[in-house]
Amino acid sequence: MTKRIDEPTGTETVGHEWDGIEELDTPMPRWWLWTFYASIAFAIGYVILYPALPGITGATKGTLGWSSRGQLAEEMQAEANRRAPMLEALSRIPIERLPEDSRLMRAAVEGGRSAFKVSCVQCHGSGASGRKGYPNLNDDDWLWGGDLKAIEYTLTNGVRQPGHEGTRMSQMPAFGRDGILDARAIADVVSYVRTVSGQDKASASARRGAAVFAANCAVCHGADAKGKREFGAPNLTDPIWLYGGDRATLTATVTNARYGVMPAWGNRLDPVTIKMLAAYVHSLGGGEDFIAVAADPEVKVDERP
Amino acid sequence: MNAPEQDVDTSRARGEITQHVLADKRSLYEKRKPVFPQAVDGFYRRLKWVIMAVTLAVYYVTPWLRWDRGAYAPDQAVLVDLAHRRFYMFAIEIWPHEFYYVAGLLVMAGIGLFLVTSVFGRAWCGYTCPQTVWTDLFQHIERFIDGDHNAQVRLEKAPWGPAKIARRLVKWSIWLMIAVATGGAWIFYFADAPSLARQFFAGEAPLVAYTTVAILTATTFILGGFLREQFCIYMCPWPRIQAAMMDERSALVTYKTWRGEPRGSVKQANKSPGVFGDCIDCLQCVNVCPTGIDIREGTQIGCITCALCIDACNNVMDQVGRPRGLIDYVTYEDAAREQKGEAPRSAWRNVLRPRTLLYFAGWGAIGVAMLFMLGTRSHLDISVLQDRNPAYVQLSDGSVRNNYTLKIRNMQTRPRRLEVTLSGIDNAVIWSDDGSREQASQRIVTTAPPDSVVRLRVFMAASGNGPAFEDFTFTVRALDEAGGSDSEKTRFERPEVAP
Repeated sequence: MTKRIDEPTGTETVGHEWDGIEELDTPMPRWWLWTFYASIAFAIGYVILYPALPGITGATKGTLGWSSRGQLAEEMQAEANRRAPMLEALSRIPIERLPEDSRLMRAAVEGGRSAFKVSCVQCHGSGASGRKGYPNLNDDDWLWGGDLKAIEYTLTNGVRQPGHEGTRMSQMPAFGRDGILDARAIADVVSYVRTVSGQDKASASARRGAAVFAANCAVCHGADAKGKREFGAPNLTDPIWLYGGDRATLTATVTNARYGVMPAWGNRLDPVTIKMLAAYVHSLGGGEDFIAVAADPEVKVDERP
Repeated sequence: MNAPEQDVDTSRARGEITQHVLADKRSLYEKRKPVFPQAVDGFYRRLKWVIMAVTLAVYYVTPWLRWDRGAYAPDQAVLVDLAHRRFYMFAIEIWPHEFYYVAGLLVMAGIGLFLVTSVFGRAWCGYTCPQTVWTDLFQHIERFIDGDHNAQVRLEKAPWGPAKIARRLVKWSIWLMIAVATGGAWIFYFADAPSLARQFFAGEAPLVAYTTVAILTATTFILGGFLREQFCIYMCPWPRIQAAMMDERSALVTYKTWRGEPRGSVKQANKSPGVFGDCIDCLQCVNVCPTGIDIREGTQIGCITCALCIDACNNVMDQVGRPRGLIDYVTYEDAAREQKGEAPRSAWRNVLRPRTLLYFAGWGAIGVAMLFMLGTRSHLDISVLQDRNPAYVQLSDGSVRNNYTLKIRNMQTRPRRLEVTLSGIDNAVIWSDDGSREQASQRIVTTAPPDSVVRLRVFMAASGNGPAFEDFTFTVRALDEAGGSDSEKTRFERPEVAP
């Protein structure tokens, strides 16, 4: 420990030496000390104004009354205020006229995208592409109708909700389980369905199945097997299958029937959210145009493309 | 030029620091020693006036220059439009995705500083650094109010009375006005200057404008008026970095010890000729120094190479009839050569050497590359994002649909009609979310607003029979006379058929 004066700088060393390296004891500038005191003053002010000192049951509140929860609530309120006029406009416009206002339509689609993630992805998947028993909402095949108004109706009233007036209702008989058809007839009608959907070539079994179909199935699925939306009866001639188009699945479907359900969202969500959800689902690519049918011939028929 | 002043304040230059350090009871903190630089005239002082005038004019005037860009873009020549993420500089408009131009400019600024530093030493510090320019301005005002060096020292030592208070108030008010103008000018770079000025004085400008002005006013006032050389010595990292940029052939403000030492007055020199060097120890070099150092102690961190001591010493040398250049810009190598009595290298040989040429080549290459890219950049861009969830959709007629999000960037400041076409899959059709599959073709026509990115949702349907992955190209083409197009390759996906 030998303090000495460093010759070139004229400054005293601190006295330590590490392998010949010494450190100059250069004094700090005085103003640096002031900035240090100013920081202390600032810290004291901060402790008084803001929540700072932790205690057993919570921290001090601070005289400004600021809290991160309070700030979040304020920001959420500001956002709600910003959205209020848009939501108000959405609640007033009938959904079939939504495409006329492209700005409102975009807002509805975006709102629907968020709401979909909360309420719908559990069954329909995050990409709305569904899975066995849960329809793919991206395609152009609709059980109950794919225009904005039909989607909104399905969302509001649900599918096969017991006790809910207006719910989308239909019930396929369990042809095998209830003994309506025997195993051979079921095998034949499955052959027929696989033929009309282009999966199998015509066969003797399918020819027999055509008669079974006409007698038992055509009332809902149509004589041409293209389905009927008023019953939510799927089109059996296209390559889109809700439960599967292979022999085993078709046999299971005819034997035990299917009874897909969806909640009546009108009981759980507000009408604006449902409207936004309908707009979002419609926008996924398979949405159909709404064609208003005028009851009164004086009223001009809306034939927007 | 008056006779060199011998002044009370100069004692510190003669080893007072050493005595201070030797004292037993040293403080841990050192009070700033006030510096009262004396006025001086000469080549470098005039150069500094010119540079100060140019830099201050550029700073204050630039936001007020106008530049016509048509109806859809601001008419301010230089504008950093943070709200809309645009940077305008005369004919150039930079988008956020072109930030590499800014990065390139910063790299050029860095290499430029290396270049200048390796040739002229701390020229940035001495002439163009804002800290130097505003301090210089403030010191000039100080001399205007309080008088030159001696008067300032007297006033500093005088007790606080009406006269001193009045002078201080006048000086600080002028400083404050300049500080407000400095802070005020800054915000005009970020918004339309005339309308922001109107709002600012009407009290309608955004809070951030007032805060920015307040902060920059405070920093200008404090750093220029009071902290001055303390900023350079204690806060700024650049002097330390510069030490690594300089070498033995960089020009430094140098006191030629071999010529000046030993020091002696003219009287002493006349009495005993041949004993003394050229330095007459008049302390002019110390008095004019804005950072308060003695250049005769050699190169040091406090020397910002403003070269005012060169002017001061040259004036004195002229008076006593000795050759100029006792203090001068000299390189280490030349100093050694001069000491040995050899002629210094030519200035060009100090400037043109591998290191500087390399810096210049790098600097120039980046500049040329950026100019080339700026000249050839496309004003129409397309980027394609294929939907991943789901990757494809089976349609009821057996065909398959893929969805894409197209981002089309129109960088021109006018609306344009554009067409998007697909090529590579013959049977495919595309339609956007305001069209329908029934009317779909291989072409979509859309309108892009000026200076904006259009987000276009595109649905594409093609036959279900085909490979699982098929490449094709989206092309956007402008339908106006200026034309231009851009393409991006992407792919179409189908369900994989089980083997």
